Amino acid sequence: MVKKVAALDDNKCIGCMECMFACSRRVGRGGFDKSAIYVRSAGGIERGFVIVVCRACENPPCAKVCPTDALREREGGGVILDEDNCIGCGNCAQACIMGAIFWDDEKNKPIVCKYCGNCADYCVHDVIDLVEVKAGA
Amino acid sequence: MQAKDMNRVLYINLAKKAITIKQREDLFAEYLGGTGVAIKLLEEECPRGIDPLSADNPIIFAVGPLTALYPSASKTVAMFKSPLTGNLGESHCGGRSAMAIKFAGYGAIVIQGSSDIPVYLAIHGDDVHFRDASSIWGVEAYTVGRILREVEKGSGVRTIIRIGRAGEKLVRYACAVCETYRHFGRLGLGAVMGSKKLKGLVISADKSLEIPEAKRKEYKKVFDELQDVVVKTDAMEKYHDLGTSGKIFDLNKIGGMAYKNLASGRAPTEIARELSGENFAEKLLSRRVACSQCPVGCIHLASLREMYEPGYYFKTTTIVYDNEPIWATGFMLGVDRAEDCLRLIDTVDRVGMDVMSTGVILAWATEAYENGLITKEHTDGLELNWGDVGVYLEAIHKIVEMPNEFYQNLAQGVEHASSVYGGQDYALAFGGNEMPEYHTGIACYLNNLTGARHSHLDSAGYDLDQKLMGKEYSIEEVVEKLLKEEEWRQILSSLVVCFFARKVYTPEVIPKALDAIGIEGWTSEKLEELGREIHRAKMNFKFREGFDLDKLRIPKRIFEVPTPQGLLKEEELREAIALYKEKIGRRY
Repeated sequence: MVKKVAALDDNKCIGCMECMFACSRRVGRGGFDKSAIYVRSAGGIERGFVIVVCRACENPPCAKVCPTDALREREGGGVILDEDNCIGCGNCAQACIMGAIFWDDEKNKPIVCKYCGNCADYCVHDVIDLVEVKAGA
Repeated sequence: MQAKDMNRVLYINLAKKAITIKQREDLFAEYLGGTGVAIKLLEEECPRGIDPLSADNPIIFAVGPLTALYPSASKTVAMFKSPLTGNLGESHCGGRSAMAIKFAGYGAIVIQGSSDIPVYLAIHGDDVHFRDASSIWGVEAYTVGRILREVEKGSGVRTIIRIGRAGEKLVRYACAVCETYRHFGRLGLGAVMGSKKLKGLVISADKSLEIPEAKRKEYKKVFDELQDVVVKTDAMEKYHDLGTSGKIFDLNKIGGMAYKNLASGRAPTEIARELSGENFAEKLLSRRVACSQCPVGCIHLASLREMYEPGYYFKTTTIVYDNEPIWATGFMLGVDRAEDCLRLIDTVDRVGMDVMSTGVILAWATEAYENGLITKEHTDGLELNWGDVGVYLEAIHKIVEMPNEFYQNLAQGVEHASSVYGGQDYALAFGGNEMPEYHTGIACYLNNLTGARHSHLDSAGYDLDQKLMGKEYSIEEVVEKLLKEEEWRQILSSLVVCFFARKVYTPEVIPKALDAIGIEGWTSEKLEELGREIHRAKMNFKFREGFDLDKLRIPKRIFEVPTPQGLLKEEELREAIALYKEKIGRRY
């Protein structure tokens, strides 16, 4: 079974952004502008936080609109990006109504979750975790 | 961005509506960042003897090399000349502020001059905009946040720092509110912003720091080590579970908590239980949140559901609480219900005042009213009585709106107000700054008097008092320990890491953390030396501006009420101050 990152309980999220920082650290960056996971308030901190991350859809809309097949469906759910084939058109980011495809302004290419779970390793409040993708879920 | 970009200073001139960006490697290489760099910038930017509410007063925001790169490195240092004390102004704040400044691409931001019309600054990375704030002038801090959140970009990766009505009206202890629930609380940054017609700043991040290829493994390793310690030390449990208010009950139990303007060092037990962190958590806590890059999450938000009109019209308000605000609105004012503390905190936050100063000032006014030093004519009809929340809420608004001379005087702090109306023996300010809650012994008062910011966080005297309880110690030992603590804290606030993580960032681990992000050559000894140097620079600024350790006013009240270690003696405290003076020496 393939895995994905899932928000198990966003009510426990304290908005520390450790997941975002962890994701960028993976590529040798301090900060979060290379992050494939994103946390923002749900309209004022008192309402809690929204965690935006690829939910590894079945039949993913982002892959369907890729004109160069740079973004391909991953077997079992989710997508895989081949950066070399990507022309930076941005169709994928527009197609994702979750807003889970982020943009790398330096490369002019999308940032797509690799389902590695590094972010979850740094979530000490058990908000997110790496879980199995279940068909139809 | 590269490591050198962390040394960029953004200079913003509000009069000319112009900016410049300078590389200040000279400052950051020598003084790290945060407090160290800010005091140097203050020396450069703040002419001697200026009026803190004039255009000449600069505002400096500084972050440090560790900011947002390591756990709990989450604070921004603000420096300015304080309109409350007329001397060094320094206030720290978390929220998203430090992360946003750092990854907008700046090590520090210097704000100069005054604007002719109300403005707010929108700083999106390298794009800096001066925006007309006429339509939000006069609007409370909470609502300004909501408006700017909607109109500016950068959701999730930005800070929104703004003032309320108190800052606009130049209440000398007005604060700057950040992310609605955090504050540059003490010493009047809000009034300085108000005097510049600067309603707020939105700063959003758009960059990241490229860790040198050769250091990446080391960076991850050091990060993981620090993360482990942060998560596993008692800091996590202590500050996440109940938050800072977790110590309230015990502090009251030992008799180290100023109650009703320090009529006593202890509130009745049932009141302490009602105002304890445990009770707030069980009855009112609704959410715990964190500053960026801090896994602890010490910020405690309460939900207050109130019927405000018959016919089932309810409102639910989210209000942030902490140890000091509960003390200032509860213990200090004889308020004995947790919900009433929240109502007071909420109003103080909306007008944008320092809640600690506000509590102390209202407590003094209540006692002065009891003693007949002030009357209903002064108070504009208000009958100030311990625990009367409705009247205190009205008084807070009157301080801001200043309907008469009395409130104009209250708006200048308790030091000033008591110099006009009397009652100085129980006007609880030290170095011009209203006191924190602690009545624990000689160290907390020596801290209040000698600390560069007159803040309990300068040298944590309250903590030292409690550690020394029941032990034999000399005054010299107390002075030395406080001085050493304050010197070391200059390093923490130059890096900049949160003081709650002080046990994590040891002199041994900091050089490793710096090295792993490409800042080489630091040792424990060098850091300790720099701590001393920064502390002396701050004290020298204070001396330059007229601070005199020989002339400190000490309110008599603190010698009349027993601390957990018995009655304090004025001679001993004066002796300690003299010793302190001898140890630091002075240039001015």
